[in-house]
Amino acid sequence: MPKRTDIRSVLVIGSGPIVIGQAAEFDYSGTQACRVLKSEGLRVILVNSNPATIMTDPEIADATYVEPITPEYVAKIIAKERPDALLPTLGGQTALNTAISLHEDGTLAEYGVELIGANVEAINKGEDRELFKGVVEAVRAKIGHGESARSVICHSMEDVLAGVDTLGGYPVVVRPSFTMGGAGSGFAHDEEELRRIAGQGLTLSPTTEVLLEESILGWKEYELELMRDKHDNVVVVCSIENFDPMGVHTGDSITVAPAMTLTDREYQTLRDIGIAVIREVGVDTGGCNIQFAVNPEDGRVIVIEMNPRVSRSSALASKATGFPIAKIAARLAVGYTLDEIPNDITQKTPASFEPTLDYVVVKVPRFAFEKFPAADATLTTTMKSVGEAMAIGRNFTEALNKALRSLEKKGSQFDFTGEPGDKDELLALAGVPTDGRINTVMAAIRAGATPDEVFTATRIDPWFVDQLFLIHEHAEALAAADRLDPELLADAKRHGFSDAQIAAIRGLREDVVREVRHALGIRPVYKTVDTCAAEFAADTPYFYSSYDEESEVAPRTKPAVIILGSGPNRIGQGIEFDYSCVHASFALHDAGYETVMVNCNPETVSTDYDTSDRLYFEPLTLEDVLEIVHAETQAGPVAGVIVQLGGQTPLGLAQALKDNGVPVVGTSPEAIHLAEDRGAFGRVLAEAGLPAPKHGTATSFPGAKAIADEIGYPVLVRPSYVLGGRGMEIVYDETRLASYIAESTEISADRPVLVDRFLDDAIEIDVDALYDGHELYLGGVMEHIEEAGIHSGDSACALPPITLGGHDIKRLRTSTEAIAKGVGVQGLINIQFALAGDILYVLEANPRASRTVPFTSKATAVPLAKAAARISLGATVAELRAEGMLPATGDGGTLPLDAPISVKEAVLPWSRFRDVQGRGVDTILGPEMRSTGEVMGIDAVFGTAYAKSQAGAYGALPTKGRAFISVANRDKRALIFPARALIEHGFELLATSGTAEVLRRNGIPARVVRKQSEGVGPAGEPTIVTLIHEGEVDLIVNTPFGTGGRLDGYDIRTAAVARGIPCLTTVQALAAAVQGIDALTSGEIGVCSLQEHASRLTASRGE
Amino acid sequence: MTTSTRAATAPAVLVLEDGRSFRGRAYGAVGETFGEAVFSTGMTGYQETLTDPSYHRQVVVMTAPHVGNTGVNDEDPESSRIWVAGYVVRDPARVPSNWRSRRSLDDELAAQGVVGISGIDTRALTRHLRERGAMRVGIFSGEALADEETLLARVRQAPEMTGADLAGEVATERPYVVPAVGEKRFTVAALDLGIKGMTPHRMAERGIEVHVLPATATAEEVYATAPDGVFLSNGPGDPATADLTVIREVLERRTPLFGICFGNQLLGRALGFGTYKLKYGHRGINQPVQDRATGKVEVTAHNHGFAVDAPLDRVSDTPYGRAEVSHVCLNDQVVEGLRLLDRPAFSVQYHPEAAAGPHDAAYLFDRFTQLMEAQRA
Repeated sequence: MPKRTDIRSVLVIGSGPIVIGQAAEFDYSGTQACRVLKSEGLRVILVNSNPATIMTDPEIADATYVEPITPEYVAKIIAKERPDALLPTLGGQTALNTAISLHEDGTLAEYGVELIGANVEAINKGEDRELFKGVVEAVRAKIGHGESARSVICHSMEDVLAGVDTLGGYPVVVRPSFTMGGAGSGFAHDEEELRRIAGQGLTLSPTTEVLLEESILGWKEYELELMRDKHDNVVVVCSIENFDPMGVHTGDSITVAPAMTLTDREYQTLRDIGIAVIREVGVDTGGCNIQFAVNPEDGRVIVIEMNPRVSRSSALASKATGFPIAKIAARLAVGYTLDEIPNDITQKTPASFEPTLDYVVVKVPRFAFEKFPAADATLTTTMKSVGEAMAIGRNFTEALNKALRSLEKKGSQFDFTGEPGDKDELLALAGVPTDGRINTVMAAIRAGATPDEVFTATRIDPWFVDQLFLIHEHAEALAAADRLDPELLADAKRHGFSDAQIAAIRGLREDVVREVRHALGIRPVYKTVDTCAAEFAADTPYFYSSYDEESEVAPRTKPAVIILGSGPNRIGQGIEFDYSCVHASFALHDAGYETVMVNCNPETVSTDYDTSDRLYFEPLTLEDVLEIVHAETQAGPVAGVIVQLGGQTPLGLAQALKDNGVPVVGTSPEAIHLAEDRGAFGRVLAEAGLPAPKHGTATSFPGAKAIADEIGYPVLVRPSYVLGGRGMEIVYDETRLASYIAESTEISADRPVLVDRFLDDAIEIDVDALYDGHELYLGGVMEHIEEAGIHSGDSACALPPITLGGHDIKRLRTSTEAIAKGVGVQGLINIQFALAGDILYVLEANPRASRTVPFTSKATAVPLAKAAARISLGATVAELRAEGMLPATGDGGTLPLDAPISVKEAVLPWSRFRDVQGRGVDTILGPEMRSTGEVMGIDAVFGTAYAKSQAGAYGALPTKGRAFISVANRDKRALIFPARALIEHGFELLATSGTAEVLRRNGIPARVVRKQSEGVGPAGEPTIVTLIHEGEVDLIVNTPFGTGGRLDGYDIRTAAVARGIPCLTTVQALAAAVQGIDALTSGEIGVCSLQEHASRLTASRGE
Repeated sequence: MTTSTRAATAPAVLVLEDGRSFRGRAYGAVGETFGEAVFSTGMTGYQETLTDPSYHRQVVVMTAPHVGNTGVNDEDPESSRIWVAGYVVRDPARVPSNWRSRRSLDDELAAQGVVGISGIDTRALTRHLRERGAMRVGIFSGEALADEETLLARVRQAPEMTGADLAGEVATERPYVVPAVGEKRFTVAALDLGIKGMTPHRMAERGIEVHVLPATATAEEVYATAPDGVFLSNGPGDPATADLTVIREVLERRTPLFGICFGNQLLGRALGFGTYKLKYGHRGINQPVQDRATGKVEVTAHNHGFAVDAPLDRVSDTPYGRAEVSHVCLNDQVVEGLRLLDRPAFSVQYHPEAAAGPHDAAYLFDRFTQLMEAQRA
């Protein structure tokens, strides 16, 4: 049965900004789907507010709308584009919820748009807990297997409290309905916890509904990924077993594919249940994910939940098996059946089969608790990780050790040196799931714990526990041996030990171990992920390393370029870097190179085997990269390695690679050092005559104090060589400076602390530029909305800049060129400037692709990362202009006056975190980056673009109602004009006494409300926090009173997060919001595709 | 939990008849063994595989790297003993973990005298067999170790699979009865050519009383059970060596007939089709088979080195009326099922009893009961 002929155009909804629980995996899935649909000859219309995605590249869809993913905006797109069908299953919960809203409000019916890939009934059956329970009961009646945990549905706190008795007491699990990534769910061990978790859950659930459930804590947890076509053919693509037993969200668990500890009978029972569930739910075509809990005592199976859509797990399963779920789901949605679709990897066999693995895949989560020191780091059923790394090995130990080093985080690898600590304390610690629990378990083993003790403390399956003991035994053998003999070394490598680990155990240097290993001829081989355990020949070079016998890397003749990716997503290094790597791969492939991608992040487009000519799914450590370079050098000519696109991870390897004789193309390691080293960079600036804020470096408190005393407080302090402002702080006095130095773990003799004068009230500016050694191409100039001092990744910004004049741009251009030349850049450079008192200070320069490259590229319709990759390999700006990759004339600094304004807004994960008392974490912005993602608003004028960015990030700005204002003294002067504008829009203003006084003196009426610290008034007047909780406030403006977060502000901001009310924490943001509200009230806001924007821009440029 | 130490395992070597060899460590029994090297791609179900009589005289290479994780239990074996001639794995479990596990696989193999090897590049071996085809192999450890030339010579002396008549070696010697579960609806005479325990069980679940007869049973012995239908089981060896008298008699008498695996090959030969040896066979639990009548795809369990040579594109005339190919493997278009259009007989090349493997093809047992029902009416 071929594809349907009645569908000619499809609207695909993306997942919006990267947030915890909904990340880059949906870019991977969505990109695959759009490409497939386009290749089927359909007109693809895409909406996604996230500019840092490959899917929003103008060539992926026919009409790309970077617009907010809200029913209102999507309805406008439908009215304009009139698609025949809507595919809602590839954009996570965001897309599914939006599609359901459009169905319920009649938009789909009005425009005759058919939902494909899932019907509304199936979505509801899969997502609604009560309906799903019915599904599981029906399945049990049919096949005799599967049941739900005993549970009660609650719509109020009364229901909740009564429900606990029905279930037989605490602990109970609370799960709100219709939230993504399990937001708001958790375990309650007593009434206090229950009231808190269920209270928040009722608020978070769009249907004010939570489910209370019996505890199945400690059971084994499994997932199956299934696909079904319209002929009811069903295949199980992958089974996944969680290393961490039930109680930890699967996104936060270490997971393993395939399942390791099931007999065939038990596995087939899960498979039978899975197939019966997908049929009962009625997923017509496409993929779904089903989660199971299995009682390790007797095998009782509980069906936990299902997602009737492509998910994070399905992206993982696709990477783990080579079976591209999203791609096939898109084909099935337009009418194909599984047997009509060829298996990409073998080319000869069909997709209607079940992949079989001859390797083990391990995924480990990456957390960012260091960014949220107040947050409770205990892992629960609410997902808290911000990224993940995956590794493949020929056995579990190899895969696990590779995965742990892929995390690229201090302490993530097993450490076998030093004293492990007290056994009983370690076991008690391991009993509570946290980031790094597996390392605690290993420490307990080192301290003498028995397998039974480990199992009792953690409930981790005894087979996995034994694997940890196996690793430990090898470490012991390494430590005990007289010399590093070949068998010992080879055995350790077979179980995934890194050279660095072996070196630490033996008290050697890593490079010495490597030399010995190479001298003994112990090197990894590369095996292929082929979906079929070698039963058929594979066409696709998707490799992983293993210390085994036979390598499968084929010789080649074309020169290869090896592109190093960015590893697991983390705050500060996310999808934006993957975007640049993917672009480099595309551009260099087109330029005649064979592209070789190295990365270990399963969520990304870069690790799709379709993206590059060859894919190595490997950790990004020096050892692993050197081995790949060796293997590829054996296979054919290597033109070089690109390190400047994947963020700080590959950049940090540049010098070592060069020292090992590897050709690093683009900006040289020496040039990178010139930009990264404070002293060297200072000399570059001095030679070019460019001012930087006064600064110094120190390795101790006395040194830092001397510098601060000289340049004056406040000072900005930070460790060197970090990304995302890690550990960066504005310090207002000496006491804090002393404690900062004492607390910092990143400072050492060779890693000094940097102390800078902090520029108050400066405008911060970001510049992305290309430099080929002779000519500069100014990619774009972004003006931050928040003042300097807030990390550029967390600050909203506008491009083209909204308040800078031609003179400023000229100065920026000259300075950028001087720095690019002085440093010796060949490719991309990102520079941050601060404009204070008409002096343009240089804050820092990064000789690599920046976080803003995708945003700049989209806003100016120029592929900067592609151009950078070409320049790295010798092309010039002039050549690229002639080729048409860059505009023939002009650049991002000379945009025409009618160019659209793009606003980037950061999305922060506040609502995800609670402190140990269960209160929210504070939401103030600072020099350390904490956002997980971003959105873009694009329109003709700033106000509209800003309003769109807010709608995309947090929900629409209110156009009427009550605004609460409470600002720090230094902000009061700047508050007057925007406050007056709010009154003109008909807002009622509420303010704390100090702010109200200022407003009234300026003739602006404001009602005084009580601070939280003042408590309830004599006549029962509520405090502002109570008002917020009661939904009486529509907009909150609250700027922090210095650092440390005074309690009143903290309570206000956390209440705003809990209630989902827009909360502006800078006066500049308020000013922008007022312009946005102006735009919203002054008329209809339209939608416009990137392709339309680009053609207008190109036309203006041509004139 | 006890863990065996690395040093305790003896060196072992695997030698293929074309001269390639792999060095690893002994697994299971120490000694020597010979057989036909085949690979199995199932990720679960090693207990079922080991005890499947169809693997008699074969050395099975597991492509899944971790084997033995769930230990050995008393419920999952498909027959009373391990049949594989030798066992090749990469990473054997040291500690089995499953609530039904009674002992470790290592101990079970040793107890049953099955010589194995672990720690070799099983993927390289699998690729070799895929490219060169199934071939003879020897595994040697302990005192059996010698220089490779000597070992190779011994491998080349071992018997080949083509032309091997093995059903008699694995089948039951005495008839036995598997009673129907619940109300008895039918009687079936099942010829044991290497039957697996799950097969009569799947029939019994459907109200069939199964009389399992030795491979050598005569037509008289078959009809002495007053069968509503006759079942031909799976089994090892070359179908070209089998005696077809009983099957012809059953077809002649229009008794409903259902064959699986080896039974499918025998039906094929009885109908006048040829059989041939596949290069490296189908062994796994993920094979896509299409029912050509409905177009539906089932994911099925396979274990066959031989296949029926019948035309896919047309209905064939046979001594028993018209026959068609009912099922094909979508990976390679191999014949996976036959159906007579004028008499009540059909067969499939794969394992609807699915132990190990997915249950997608269980409907075929229902089809068999429907045939018997229709015959009665």
